[in-house]
Amino acid sequence: MKNFSNRYMLLYSLGLAAVVALLLTLVATGLKSRQQANVRNEKMQQLLATIGVKCERDGVEPVYRQYFKQELNLARDGNKPLTIYLYEKDGQNGYVIPTTGNGLWGKVYANVALADDLNTITGITFSHDSETPGLGAEITSDAFCKQFVGKKILDDQGTVVSVAVLKHADPSDPHQVDAISGGTMTSNGVSAMLIDQLSRYQDYITSQRKEAHNDMPESF
Amino acid sequence: MNSNQKKLITNPLGKNNPITVQVLGICSCLAVTAQLKPAVVMALSVTVVVALSNLIISLMRKSIPPRIRIIVQLVVVSALVILVNQVLMAFVYDVSKQLSVYVGLIITNCIVMGRLEAFAMTNRPWDSFLDGLGNGLGYGIILVILGFVRELFGRGTLWGYPLFEKLGLYNIGYENNGFIIMAPMALILVGIIIWIQRSHNKELQENK
Repeated sequence: MKNFSNRYMLLYSLGLAAVVALLLTLVATGLKSRQQANVRNEKMQQLLATIGVKCERDGVEPVYRQYFKQELNLARDGNKPLTIYLYEKDGQNGYVIPTTGNGLWGKVYANVALADDLNTITGITFSHDSETPGLGAEITSDAFCKQFVGKKILDDQGTVVSVAVLKHADPSDPHQVDAISGGTMTSNGVSAMLIDQLSRYQDYITSQRKEAHNDMPESF
Repeated sequence: MNSNQKKLITNPLGKNNPITVQVLGICSCLAVTAQLKPAVVMALSVTVVVALSNLIISLMRKSIPPRIRIIVQLVVVSALVILVNQVLMAFVYDVSKQLSVYVGLIITNCIVMGRLEAFAMTNRPWDSFLDGLGNGLGYGIILVILGFVRELFGRGTLWGYPLFEKLGLYNIGYENNGFIIMAPMALILVGIIIWIQRSHNKELQENK
């Protein structure tokens, strides 16, 4: 075996590190705009999917503009952003609330589409950073998402109670859906995310519903 | 390609399989095989990484000081994996999302380091490339078998297609076996594959 001097080893490792760093930097910066466009388009695509509009990722932007009219930030100064999207589809107005929470291995996300009453769920989409494929990652499946449609997030008093993800849920209960088998931790994370995040919109929901109520004619 | 080089590819598929004989790369093979599709994509990614890192390390092998060889190997493997991940994210975004964290974990897959140490450090580039290809495929074939069995019996689908539902099996009282999609069952399945392989191949059995 050849004998290598310390000087050689030091220079060798420095040289290797420099070459690899340069290569990765070039690739990362070269591909960055493409990757960011992917992420941005996917976000629009997901918001559209939440309201039941299927669309290819390329050319998603004009479609998005067609449905989504407004993006409101309800947060007061200094608080975390509190975004709500206003959309119009088939003459019906509605809202989409984006939520973020913790799954088992990383972040999980959901977009909750609500009808004009800010209570009935008309659609929901999930995504995640690193849940286990085939187990927790199943939250993105149609079968799981479909369960949410028609569920209510408010109780009779108008308080946000969200929808719980449970084992052996009662399908007739407007606040329960079935959890993923083998994905209990992720399901619990989704459950906690929905109640935590939707509760932050309580004030907005209450005021909007009051307004809608006042608009109704006296005789109603 | 001479007969020795052919063996570099065929041996890891059978009597020198990285999973069932060398028992390497078990962790990821339990984690990604609950469904067929991620199993196939993972198999392809690992094959690409093992083959290319074997090739690169073999090209560099005479200049690598033995005392820092593990670090050098690790740097090359990590760079390749990051490169693969960046390319996946830019061009096949959906696949990269599907694999999520497991692409990064290829770096820690024992098969990659194992082949670099055992083969690429002492063999010529083309042979090393073939050896990497063979081992990647040997790993992949077990992943695909596991993914096939687990998806079919665990959830009654194949590549997402609801096969058992279309066959009407649920109507005659069949139920999916939820245990199969859990990691422990994957380990048991690997054990069964090892058992079958050893009972057919006397060479692999230890002397009492």
